[in-house]
Amino acid sequence: MGRYVLRRLVLALPVLLGVSVAVFLMIELVPGDPATVLAGDTASADQVERIRHELGLDQPLPVQYLRFVERLAHGSLGESTRTHREVLLEIAERFPYTLALALGAVTLSTVVGVGLGILAAINRGRAGDHVTMGIAIVGLSVPTFLLAIVGIIVFSLALHWLPVTGARTWQSYILPIVALSLHSAAVKARITRSSMLEVLGQEYLRTARAKGLRERLVILRHALKNALIPVTTIVGLQFGALLGGAFIIENIFGWPGVGRLAVQAIFNRDFPLVQGTVLLVAVAYLLSNLVVDVLYAWLDPRIRYG
Amino acid sequence: MASAVLAAAARRRRVTPLLRRVRRSPPLVVGLVLFGALLLMAAFAPLIAPADPIAIQVSERLQPPSAAHLFGTDDFGRDLFSRVVWGSRLAVRLGTLSVLVAATGGVALGLVAGYYRGWVDNLISRLLEVVLAFPGELFAIAIIAVLGPSLDNLIVALGLFGWPGYARLVRGSVLSAGQREYVEAARAIGARASRVMLRHILPNVVAPVIILSATRFGGALLAGSGLSFIGLGVPIPQPEWGAIMATGRDYIGSAWWIVVFPGVLIATAVLGVNLVGDGLRDVLDPRLGD
Repeated sequence: MGRYVLRRLVLALPVLLGVSVAVFLMIELVPGDPATVLAGDTASADQVERIRHELGLDQPLPVQYLRFVERLAHGSLGESTRTHREVLLEIAERFPYTLALALGAVTLSTVVGVGLGILAAINRGRAGDHVTMGIAIVGLSVPTFLLAIVGIIVFSLALHWLPVTGARTWQSYILPIVALSLHSAAVKARITRSSMLEVLGQEYLRTARAKGLRERLVILRHALKNALIPVTTIVGLQFGALLGGAFIIENIFGWPGVGRLAVQAIFNRDFPLVQGTVLLVAVAYLLSNLVVDVLYAWLDPRIRYG
Repeated sequence: MASAVLAAAARRRRVTPLLRRVRRSPPLVVGLVLFGALLLMAAFAPLIAPADPIAIQVSERLQPPSAAHLFGTDDFGRDLFSRVVWGSRLAVRLGTLSVLVAATGGVALGLVAGYYRGWVDNLISRLLEVVLAFPGELFAIAIIAVLGPSLDNLIVALGLFGWPGYARLVRGSVLSAGQREYVEAARAIGARASRVMLRHILPNVVAPVIILSATRFGGALLAGSGLSFIGLGVPIPQPEWGAIMATGRDYIGSAWWIVVFPGVLIATAVLGVNLVGDGLRDVLDPRLGD
């Protein structure tokens, strides 16, 4: 197991390197002079020159990249051109709000999605199966922002049960979490169903039934445990993606999270902040994928030795 | 004469089972009807739409749905029904072109990686992993942040984001096809690499590529309209469905129709392609189904 973890870590290094190069090159690809872009729209000519010199933008690209990595190694992602605060600090302030949404959405969508998937699998071919899978494919097709807006119209504006925006009370969490859960629940329902069906056809289940175990025990104790292995991967991937911030949902609900921060930074042309969020989110996603892989190998020994 | 009849009969025998399988799959039929309706709407938009989708008519602003304005009007008095109908063109263009960008790039990379293996495969795989390191819409958002919001940039962003999916799919099929006798035979008689790839290996991966394309088409519609909705996609005066919904954000309390109608259209179009994808998977590749 230790060797497996080490191997995965080593394999992640070139990807990390590639991500850092991609984020570094973002500024070069923006039309216009990088120093002007990084200094922001409000900067004076003196400030632009200062930034050009400080960041070494007059140096060749490889030298610039090395200095970029050196600054990263010292824990600095640069300064926001808007607030003139350290980018890392800006992101750290917003992260707890995004984390709360991610945890809520992953929990809700897993409970609902896996539940529906099991329901469909044990009713295979019957009405329960068709209805559940029908709900799932509609869930995959409805834009989350439509659900969010209909939620606001009904529960906030008409019924006055829930606040429209912000993150002040616990009620503020309900609509964003429900909207975020829609797609992930639908994906998990479909995967749980097909994974359950595959497991239900296996011989050890026939053995369990032949022993005279009741069907409920067969399903809960024997089938579910193995059927949930692929579901774990999806849960991990979705959680990783949600950690990066729900760009659209956070914007609709005026949520003070990372996703809204990134979008605002793009509108403000605050490029150090854009680069910082893109880099941190990608790294967080990579790490959570790594954890998922390790967890997967732990659950399914065939992968470790395969 | 007799041989022609026999040949026709043989052709029919080959064709009928597929058609019958299509007809026996209700999701596929429903999906094809919905997708066909989207294509027709896009093709005949100038005939279907009663008004100019961009023309401003301030006296008519924020009208609820009525006989004169089927879907109501927006804050500039533009006829929403006409805007939504014209929007189907942008939706078809976004879906088709982003899938084309994703499929051609991804299939080519997958073919090359799987055929040559070794360091070529390694290089391509690491490159695609960098793309995969960006979750969900972040990759598209990063590209839009650099290039600026527009339909073309959205197509590029969503297309590039689709590369790894196709490449992985094709690479896997090529690796297994590479072991088969007919591929070795083609190589042995001196066929060039490009010929082996295009003539002998590519046909094997057509079915899964089509299935993936249906899913990606729907994904592009959702991601594209979502980004337009928050101002990072197609700019607002254009009748893109997400952009239309964005104009209604400030009026959801008073003019719900501006967000609801385009939203329902997006959901219906995406449902159509998703059903087509599911149905095709069952019909073309029973192994992938359950």
